[in-house]
Amino acid sequence: MNRSDVIIVGGGPSGVAAAIAMRKAGVGKITLLERERYLGGATRHCGHSPFGMLEFGRVYLGAAYGRRLEREIARHDIDLRYGHSVAQLGEDGELLVANPDGLQTLSAKRVLMTTGVRETTRAARFVTGDRPVGIVTTGTLQAYAAFHNMMPFHRPVIVGSELVTLSAIWTCLSHGARPAAVLEPRSHSLVRAPLNWFPPLMGVPFHRDAQVVDILGRGRVEAVRIKRGDIVETIECDGILFSGGFTPEASLFLTSGLAVDLGSAGPAVDQDGRCENPRYFAAGNVLRAVETGGWAFREGRAIGTALAADLLGDPARAAPTKVTYDAPIKLVVPSLLRSGSALPGGLKDFQLRFQRRVEGTLSLSIDGREVWQRNAIWRPESRIIVPRPNNSTGAQSVHFGFREEV
Amino acid sequence: MNAQSQLSGSELFDVAIIGAGIVGCAVARRFALAGAKVALIEKGSDILSGASKANSAILHTGFDAPKASLELALVQAGRQEYLDIHQDMNLPLVETSALVCAWTPDEASKLEGITEQGRQNGIDRLRLLTSAEARTVEPGLAHNLVAALHVLDEHVIDPWSAPLAYVNQAIALGANVLRQCEVRAGAFDGTWLLETNRGDIRSKWVVNAAGLFGDHVDARLGFQPEFLIKPRKGQFVVLDKAASRQLKTIILPVPNEITKGVVVCPTAFGNILVGPTAEEQDDRIRATVEHDTLAALVAHGSKLVPGLAHIPVTAVYAGLRPATEKKEYRVIHRAGHNAITLGGIRSTGLSSALGLAQHALKLHGGAERGEFASSATPKVHMPNLAESRPRDWQAANHGDIVCHCEMVTRREIEATLSSPLPPGDFGGLRRRTRAGMGRCQGFYCNARLAEISKGYLATPLAVEQEGGK
Ligand SMILES: Cc1cc2nc3c(=O)[nH]c(=O)nc-3n(C[C@H](O)[C@H](O)[C@H](O)COP(=O)(O)OP(=O)(O)OC[C@H]3O[C@@H](n4cnc5c(N)ncnc54)[C@H](O)[C@@H]3O)c2cc1C
Ligand SMILES: Cc1cc2nc3c(=O)[nH]c(=O)nc-3n(C[C@H](O)[C@H](O)[C@H](O)COP(=O)(O)OP(=O)(O)OC[C@H]3O[C@@H](n4cnc5c(N)ncnc54)[C@H](O)[C@@H]3O)c2cc1C
Repeated sequence: MNRSDVIIVGGGPSGVAAAIAMRKAGVGKITLLERERYLGGATRHCGHSPFGMLEFGRVYLGAAYGRRLEREIARHDIDLRYGHSVAQLGEDGELLVANPDGLQTLSAKRVLMTTGVRETTRAARFVTGDRPVGIVTTGTLQAYAAFHNMMPFHRPVIVGSELVTLSAIWTCLSHGARPAAVLEPRSHSLVRAPLNWFPPLMGVPFHRDAQVVDILGRGRVEAVRIKRGDIVETIECDGILFSGGFTPEASLFLTSGLAVDLGSAGPAVDQDGRCENPRYFAAGNVLRAVETGGWAFREGRAIGTALAADLLGDPARAAPTKVTYDAPIKLVVPSLLRSGSALPGGLKDFQLRFQRRVEGTLSLSIDGREVWQRNAIWRPESRIIVPRPNNSTGAQSVHFGFREEV
Repeated sequence: MNAQSQLSGSELFDVAIIGAGIVGCAVARRFALAGAKVALIEKGSDILSGASKANSAILHTGFDAPKASLELALVQAGRQEYLDIHQDMNLPLVETSALVCAWTPDEASKLEGITEQGRQNGIDRLRLLTSAEARTVEPGLAHNLVAALHVLDEHVIDPWSAPLAYVNQAIALGANVLRQCEVRAGAFDGTWLLETNRGDIRSKWVVNAAGLFGDHVDARLGFQPEFLIKPRKGQFVVLDKAASRQLKTIILPVPNEITKGVVVCPTAFGNILVGPTAEEQDDRIRATVEHDTLAALVAHGSKLVPGLAHIPVTAVYAGLRPATEKKEYRVIHRAGHNAITLGGIRSTGLSSALGLAQHALKLHGGAERGEFASSATPKVHMPNLAESRPRDWQAANHGDIVCHCEMVTRREIEATLSSPLPPGDFGGLRRRTRAGMGRCQGFYCNARLAEISKGYLATPLAVEQEGGK
């Protein structure tokens, strides 16, 4: 069998950036497996967003950014395989891969997982009601519009208030659909500025504190019933779009019995992007929901750099220390730290997210000594960065504390 | 036959079966195999539009069925026939076995009685287990288990491919399947004249297999209904395939009077389902899922099998059981009117369908009287959707994977769209291929499915664009 030095699973910005970084660092055989027929991952169907400013010094729309990634990859000696879908991860770095010719097993000294994120479905949100046609997420809507020039509805109700919700509204409006309303179940929208004025500006009512309590429809969606405070009202519509609620596409870890972090729902990684099983690395949005394409690209490059250095030795043997944290902190990345490893690249900062909007003091303690703290209003889904002290990797305990202001 | 074509009423069928649920599908096959000229009439846009679209997919032994009941006999006959034909038809049989789990001493005290009843029902492979023994069979069970009854022959099947296989065989023998065709009235004057939205159908006999509308259809045929359907809803949660690492066996509760209760059960497709609930309602169509119930089911599952905690939810669904005011099957043979009603097939219809079909043919009596000329049995080979056996994506030249979560290939989808009974709606496409049924629920593939299925589905996935694009 023809063994690679590294197999990368997923050709979004992080996978592509990692491949190029590793090639530049002199790694021999790099195989990039992508199950679609194109590179760019989730950026590919974002018809509007500006991508590429930091990495390529110019602005691209989604599809053009993906094509730029394809051109970049082509300039390097990378074994790129489209239509290759990884079905299972083996403990020892052996991957079960489906491709149009059937099943094959591929193996590598290291595997880098860059499989991105998806949005939470109506099913996983447990929304009450019928199950008709016309209920989708933003990614699906974008794929209808960008890849097939079709639309799943004319007049949807949109649920959510993340940045991606704006993208959903934009896609509707630019493809002849008029949202009937935008709903946020919480009392605060998750991103502030544009959501307060953008939907009303476009003539779309935006309700906070509004829950979908029933979906009606036999063939296609016919109406939703929403609850605002004590008032229940019916909104006629022909579709529902659940936007955001991103979750890492880490199903391969789960189904293969590899460790997943309960906070991030992605693979637990250490400061080098290395998983609990040291043959595996991960980068990009599979680590946590959710970051921009540019962030994923830079993270892929940094972890690719660390991985290239890691390949010079055997897989790390040190058992990782787990980073601990108080509620309502939702996740910390990296959530593992391994001592004795001082590779270039990797994750220089801790990334945190909160479960809910809360005011108070966030602090970092290393071996019981507080080394960092900050008081603020913390919002769910907002990026929080805490510089990672050098001594964090040798420590016995690394803990994020939280004191809520009451 | 074109889905929308009008019927002339000039053709005379031997038997018209009203309702293409699992029961109607099995009956169509049985009569077609006997040589009868069959019409299978379904008001929905596809087969399995009623009770049969959502169930637990357990092929029951009948160990807990009422003693000496028709239900018991038909479950056992149906199960046996399934065991006989499933390999030929390439239908799966997942030999999970079941554990009836007692979580309190009180429940444990009932296991003896259940075992005894099982023996009387003719099921031998039953073993009473201590908690420790049960947990060697199923290490995932919670430690507070008190005792369990191991029912070795309870299995899991693919609940949608099986009825589709029955219909396909009937079609291969010349049966007519009429969808979007609702029987509105019927009159008997030696033969039946059925009035539908698509025109008249003439038939010598009629079989009412209308499930949740069994009583209404009896009334439409001019009979005084002998039972009243009281729909009983069951909600389910389907957990991610990762859950299948935690559980291989069907976990049954100690049954109470009203229902078999909530099970934690592997599916043929590699998921774990938790459900169903048992909720009486008047509505015969709406089967809603409800937030709090779903959350409670998830909690229940991980109480029994702690490893299921934190496993993501893939899907949620609900089905309606065609229950009546009595527990038993309501099989009515009106000999003078050439009519058979297979009603109230409440919670074991998937297991008993083939048995019900044998029974209906016997009640009809035509095969014994030599009224039909049977021909050779046509071979039906279903595409395998079960995880335990080779799937299309593992073979060469499948032409791309369209649904990544369920690994459904373009070849499979195209094959089903050009099959003798192509899906009539999105549910039908999902049931035939599993496309869109996985953890992302179409996040990645729905748009592609919309493109591929254009022109096939009663409610298309994509809406008409203004200006007719
Ligand atoms: C609907 C949606 C809208 C978004 N909008 C924006 C936006 O407007 N601006 C922005 O900056 N970011 C946006 N994002 C965030 C997006 O995740 C990042 O921009 C970026 O794409 C993340 O890159 P990545 O490399 O981590 O993953 P992805 O870009 O998601 O790439 C993952 C790749 O892995 C492949 N893959 C997955 N599983 C397998 C497997 N088993 N085998 C083989 N290949 C596999 C996928 O096909 C995909 O190509 C959006 C995300 C979504 C889902
Ligand atoms: C929650 C749940 C769990 C279950 N679990 C299991 C299990 O694990 N194992 C098992 O063996 N069984 C199980 N069952 C039971 C099984 O699903 C039912 O017994 C079976 O589906 C009943 O099938 P049917 O064909 O009688 O009715 P239906 O499936 O309701 O079929 C009747 C059909 O008739 C059509 N129809 C009605 N009126 C007309 C008309 N006027 N003209 C034309 N067509 C008409 C309807 O559209 C429908 O398609 C379960 C059921 C439920 C609800």
